[in-house]
Amino acid sequence: MFIKHRALKVASSVFMAGALVAALSLNAGAAQAAAKCGTVNIANNPWVGYNADTAVVEYVAKHSLGCNVVVKDITEQVSWQGFASGEVDVILENWGHEDLAAKYITKLKVAQDIGSAGNSGIIGWYVAPWMVKKYPDITNYKNLNKYAKLFKTSESGSKGAFLDGDPSYVTNDAALVKNLKLNYKVIFTGSEAALITAFRGSEAKKKPVIGYFYEPHWFLSELPLVHIKLPAYTTGCDADPKTITCDYPPYALNKVARTAFLKSGSPAAKLIKNFTWTNDDQNSVARSIAVDKLTRDAAAKKWVDAHPDIVKKWLA
Amino acid sequence: MTLTTSAPSEVKKSSKNKYIAALVAGFLVCATFLHGRATLFLDPSTNTSFHSWLNSISDWITFHRTSNPFLQIVVEGIRSFINGLVTFTQNLISQGSGNRSTPIIGWLGVVAIVVFVTFVISNKKIALLAAAGMTSLGLLGYWTESMQTLALTLGAVVLSLLIGIPVGVLAGIFPRFEKLLMPLLDFSQIMPTFVYLSPVTLFFLIGPASATIVTLIYAIPPVLRITSIALREVSTASVEAGISMGSTKWQMLRKIQVPLAKRTIVVGINQTIMAALSMVTIAALINAPGLGQVVLSSLQQLDVGRSFVAGLGIVILAIVLDRSTTAAAAKVEEKEPTEQSKRIRRITVGISAAITAAAVAISHSVTWAATFPGTGVIGQHLSNGVSSASAWLQDHFSNVTNAMTNIVSYLFINPLQWLLAETPWYIVGFAWIALAAIIGGRRVAVISAICIAGIIGTGLWSDTMVTLASTFVAAFITVILGIVMGVWIGRNKRADSIIRPILDAGQVLPAFVYLVPFLGLFNASRFTAILAAVVYAAPAAIKLAADGIRGVPAGMIEAGIAAGSTPWQMIIKVQLPAARRGIALATNQGLIYVLAMIVVGGLVGGGGLGYLVVDGFSQETYFGKGLAAGLAIVLLGVMLDRISQAVAKKNPLQQG
Repeated sequence: MFIKHRALKVASSVFMAGALVAALSLNAGAAQAAAKCGTVNIANNPWVGYNADTAVVEYVAKHSLGCNVVVKDITEQVSWQGFASGEVDVILENWGHEDLAAKYITKLKVAQDIGSAGNSGIIGWYVAPWMVKKYPDITNYKNLNKYAKLFKTSESGSKGAFLDGDPSYVTNDAALVKNLKLNYKVIFTGSEAALITAFRGSEAKKKPVIGYFYEPHWFLSELPLVHIKLPAYTTGCDADPKTITCDYPPYALNKVARTAFLKSGSPAAKLIKNFTWTNDDQNSVARSIAVDKLTRDAAAKKWVDAHPDIVKKWLA
Repeated sequence: MTLTTSAPSEVKKSSKNKYIAALVAGFLVCATFLHGRATLFLDPSTNTSFHSWLNSISDWITFHRTSNPFLQIVVEGIRSFINGLVTFTQNLISQGSGNRSTPIIGWLGVVAIVVFVTFVISNKKIALLAAAGMTSLGLLGYWTESMQTLALTLGAVVLSLLIGIPVGVLAGIFPRFEKLLMPLLDFSQIMPTFVYLSPVTLFFLIGPASATIVTLIYAIPPVLRITSIALREVSTASVEAGISMGSTKWQMLRKIQVPLAKRTIVVGINQTIMAALSMVTIAALINAPGLGQVVLSSLQQLDVGRSFVAGLGIVILAIVLDRSTTAAAAKVEEKEPTEQSKRIRRITVGISAAITAAAVAISHSVTWAATFPGTGVIGQHLSNGVSSASAWLQDHFSNVTNAMTNIVSYLFINPLQWLLAETPWYIVGFAWIALAAIIGGRRVAVISAICIAGIIGTGLWSDTMVTLASTFVAAFITVILGIVMGVWIGRNKRADSIIRPILDAGQVLPAFVYLVPFLGLFNASRFTAILAAVVYAAPAAIKLAADGIRGVPAGMIEAGIAAGSTPWQMIIKVQLPAARRGIALATNQGLIYVLAMIVVGGLVGGGGLGYLVVDGFSQETYFGKGLAAGLAIVLLGVMLDRISQAVAKKNPLQQG
């Protein structure tokens, strides 16, 4: 606005002309996209296990079906919103989210549950392996009060500190601590990075840490955390979160897809419905991404090339 | 500063101090005897009716997005316009389009254009810096990501300026309009982005439009504020001269006010560019491509090195843009060049324009000039180096740093939190309003009372007090650092030139880059949250304090030297008192910047409002609570801002 140089004026008119050309060529490009399969919009939620799912589905849809795959890096809530706006076709690994399911599946009917991805999710309380070696009875929650003072930190007052992580995951920990009469205070660290760093530090420095974690997760292949069992889960025991005294239910991680996408007859819809694999499968791809630093594409290729039979079943 | 003016205010000040001392004593007594009562504690999993009401608004939008004509026409219009603009810029420099697999202008062309434009608007030295900076982005292995970030940032900056400058001019002419605008600007600068991230995607969907709008909200205020200040500062003499020459209002604006305010407006443009770049990582949460994505995905894998290299890319972009716009601002002030130097310049500009055009043409079609060659081996080595350095630090220093966390927590944070969060709300609230009245008078007291009532209304009083305790500690460390480092680099030019790029990095490097090593060293704790805030806030405070020290009139310094002062006496007796106003400003800005990091603190164990905002962003059930927490942060920010501004204004030693 304040620059009067002629060179820039010329440049700006060239810029505008370029704008026109670009706009025209863009339209032409969109029209030519893969005719048979069309476009699939995959929500890619921010954890490595999910990225492994995305990697493999993206790879197969691209190479075997010729789809135009658009991967969108967004969080869970935004992903579900995408079903309503038509911007997301599929969520590949859904952890519960009853409130969102009620809104988008039951009420708005824009999405459908299309079954398990084969992975089972475990949520629970964990400690680093060295702690179990030194305090073998710690795996029973009844003994936790005995060890509470080990876990005391600057954040927990006179109680033991129990670390909670990324608030995206379901947690009943505050209620559990209270109802099981445990002398702990739940510290909301707010991120998965904080939990992993804490567990790493715990093992390396033999520093007592107890916290919330979940499987499948690539970190467990680096450090096999030990699960502390709470009173076993029975159907309905978690109905009232205020009085809960039981462990987390096992999660069958499911896939959710946009209703209109399912009806479109896209071969990708069939592939995604059929897509199912084990925790070990997912972990191996996740490890390629997180530990071996492979790209999503390279990690997927490695696994797909090694498992042609499974891929064939998905495509059948 | 003369003795005659400072003597009476000295008296006033001491009576003020007495009031404050009495207030603090009274507060401590009440806090001790009424400890733990009426703290308005709210369980993290409980929603108040206000929170549920906010939830229902978000539900309404989801259900009506496609059926409501306003949402459809207006929002869709804005969305497709911005999408078009950004996609165009992306096709130009960062992505292939149509049948092309490479962007219209390849790396060589982009480097040439940046160097050429920097050369034209600033000078040779900065142009060289720009060349080095842009090339290093490619050498680090993140050319494409950098261009994606640049494309989005440029789109947002252009729109920010198109909106911010005209509105800022209006605000500069009509003070009443500015008063109306003020709360809105405070709101958009202090409200944490996490709060409106998912609502924005509800309206504008996932894509460049949402990312741009999120950036706009944060990037428009700086240029708008600074433009309006610049316009008002144009001396009345020149305006009067214009009136006497019979200029119309419009002529006056165009011929006198805006040209005279140019230099300051360019500073505003500079601040807007920095603000836009600071949003890169947050925007990545809603699918904005570029360096922010790399930073985020590295955080998921705890890959410190990789996220550092990507963060470094953002810092390099920021430094290139900052230095060239700053130099452009200085250049606007330069005297009219002579005929001869004009001609030489015209020839150089002409030749460089031709070279640039050639480079652009080559980069359009020749592979080595289109795609940056190499695989970023340098970036790979750097990444590995940083990762091992971070691991080494955590291995060898975590005992010391853990001890630091404990000392600061037990000595400062816990007692402060005990006082603020566990004392009845009416005692804390009364003490605040009384303090505001003593420091800032009736107006500030009324604003504080409104803010406190608002915070109670959000239902999050207890969490706000937890956050306030950490905010105080962070602000205290920030101010101490600001004064110490500010004195040092304000007195020492060489130190300044070495430290300044580090300060810039502290301001622009996404916090996500250093969260992991910080967590390793200081645990998930409020102290870690405080440190993250200090890294971000201290640079601004240091720069402002240094400016204050440098602004001390040379006459006073000479008088000090003549009186035989040692350097230490000079600092304590002359420079610090004379720079008090600058230091008060540093305190005010330090506080505001600390507040901006509350949410990041929520990701590393800071708890309080920051965690609630994060929680609201991740769980639909707590959306309303997160929004309420954002509101509480804004109210807290406005209150702290007004009180600390009152300290800066009421300073008896202020100059001029």
